[in-house]
Amino acid sequence: MTMSDTSEASSSSARHEVEFTWRRTARRAFRAPGLLPAATFIVVLLVWEASCRIFQIPPFVLPAPSRVLGGFDSIPVMRWIDHVWATLRVALLGYVVSIVVSLPVAVMLARSAVLSRAIYPILVVVQSTPVVAVAPIIIVALGSGDLPRVVITCLITFFPLVVSTTTGLMATPPELIELSRSLRAPVMREITQIRFPYAVPYIFSALRISVTLAVIGAVVAEFVAAEKGVGYFIQFSTSMFQVQQAWAGLVVLVLLSLILFQIVTLAQRFWFPWSLPKERI
Amino acid sequence: MARSPNAIRFSGVGQAFETATGVLEALDGVEASIARHQFVAVLGPSGCGKSTLLRLVAGLLQPTRGAVEVFGLEVTEPRDDIGIVFQKPTLLPWANVEDNTVFPLRHKTGRVEAQDRERARALLAKVGLAGFEERLPAELSGGMQQRVGIARALLMNPDILLMDEPFSALDALTREEMGLELLRIWEAQPKTVLFITHSIGEAVLLADRVLVMSERPGRVIEDLTIEIDRPRGIETSNKKVMHDYVGHLRSLLLKRAA
Repeated sequence: MTMSDTSEASSSSARHEVEFTWRRTARRAFRAPGLLPAATFIVVLLVWEASCRIFQIPPFVLPAPSRVLGGFDSIPVMRWIDHVWATLRVALLGYVVSIVVSLPVAVMLARSAVLSRAIYPILVVVQSTPVVAVAPIIIVALGSGDLPRVVITCLITFFPLVVSTTTGLMATPPELIELSRSLRAPVMREITQIRFPYAVPYIFSALRISVTLAVIGAVVAEFVAAEKGVGYFIQFSTSMFQVQQAWAGLVVLVLLSLILFQIVTLAQRFWFPWSLPKERI
Repeated sequence: MARSPNAIRFSGVGQAFETATGVLEALDGVEASIARHQFVAVLGPSGCGKSTLLRLVAGLLQPTRGAVEVFGLEVTEPRDDIGIVFQKPTLLPWANVEDNTVFPLRHKTGRVEAQDRERARALLAKVGLAGFEERLPAELSGGMQQRVGIARALLMNPDILLMDEPFSALDALTREEMGLELLRIWEAQPKTVLFITHSIGEAVLLADRVLVMSERPGRVIEDLTIEIDRPRGIETSNKKVMHDYVGHLRSLLLKRAA
């Protein structure tokens, strides 16, 4: 190897070094918690606001963010709380009922191949039925009140919970099941001490999906028949051509979903920190 | 209590598995007896049914033909006096080292007393993990995790310890260290050990006897007594007699593979 070769190699490696350091700094800046998403979000809002003003988009087509903000003032805070509570109550009731029903069903599906073959097709059929289409039928069948709305919410949240939990219950390392069998431990303990804890990551990913689906279920139910709730408020507002009000309702729904999603995520981090994926470095 | 001289006895053991592609003969005509407190290594090519042999002793499988006896009684279900160490440590990721060690007791009986925890801590100290009781498995190296696996298997104070390639997932250096550690534990408190391995050196270094198995369907083709003095240690690996055994076994296994 000649001298020039060496010097060239070293200068290219120095350039590499600089590039690498720059990249690392940039990566660090982007990784600062929430910075990057917050910046993106603000940019989107600004572009939206500017486009509405510059192109003079009619507010009923797309109200600017500032107008949407005005939409919040259209009804008093107490009415908002009323609406949010109505939606939240149905969503949470449906969610909880769905969890309570789906966990034992998942245990049955995981334990018995026969039951699994018998029940699974029904679950798929239920899941394939568009909830929006069934909702009016359910309302007619079950009358007004919270019951039909909770049922609709259950229908939409049930499937991911069952499927994910079943997968989780089956994902236990076979050695631990052998250990359990070699100890001749009761089956109930195999489920509670080995299979369920192992399913926790699967259950939580389903819980996160289902909690946002629960809000969708509640809103769909309100669209069909309700006298309260954020979904009802949106439909009422659009029928009155108060588009910025409807947008305000939409923002509330998005916030509601995000908060519920975060609560589930935090619950997992608080109670089951070991179940989280290892942090990527 | 009178004990049968044999801790484990295989008589004419055959094992067939139904698979999607047909019947798989894993074992055929396995004959062997293992005396109490003997350390026996089972050596053989992959897929020769070594692990099947271990699961038969554990009572996790029933033989298709023949019988497996433990202390003179035919094995029809898992017994209380057998501990198992698996290839992977398979600890509970949510439980700390101590809870993982007492897990068999909690799992079997549903309750763990203070004295059981004390016993677990003593066992952990014995496998070199004093001070790590509160750690989670994810915080330990592979070798340390397998040490917990060994402590867990020893918790119920079994007469027989079944080990299914326990060190095969470890790097070469850790593997040798763990082997010697196991010898130390075994020499201090003798147990009948059935040690499955595909490492010839490991088998010779650790065992009183090496059973060599044929490729599938597996049967015992050589029963070699390793006459190297105990206690064995690092220097044992350098002895000529060890090399002779290793050479003999290697040529035996390679000849069959060729």
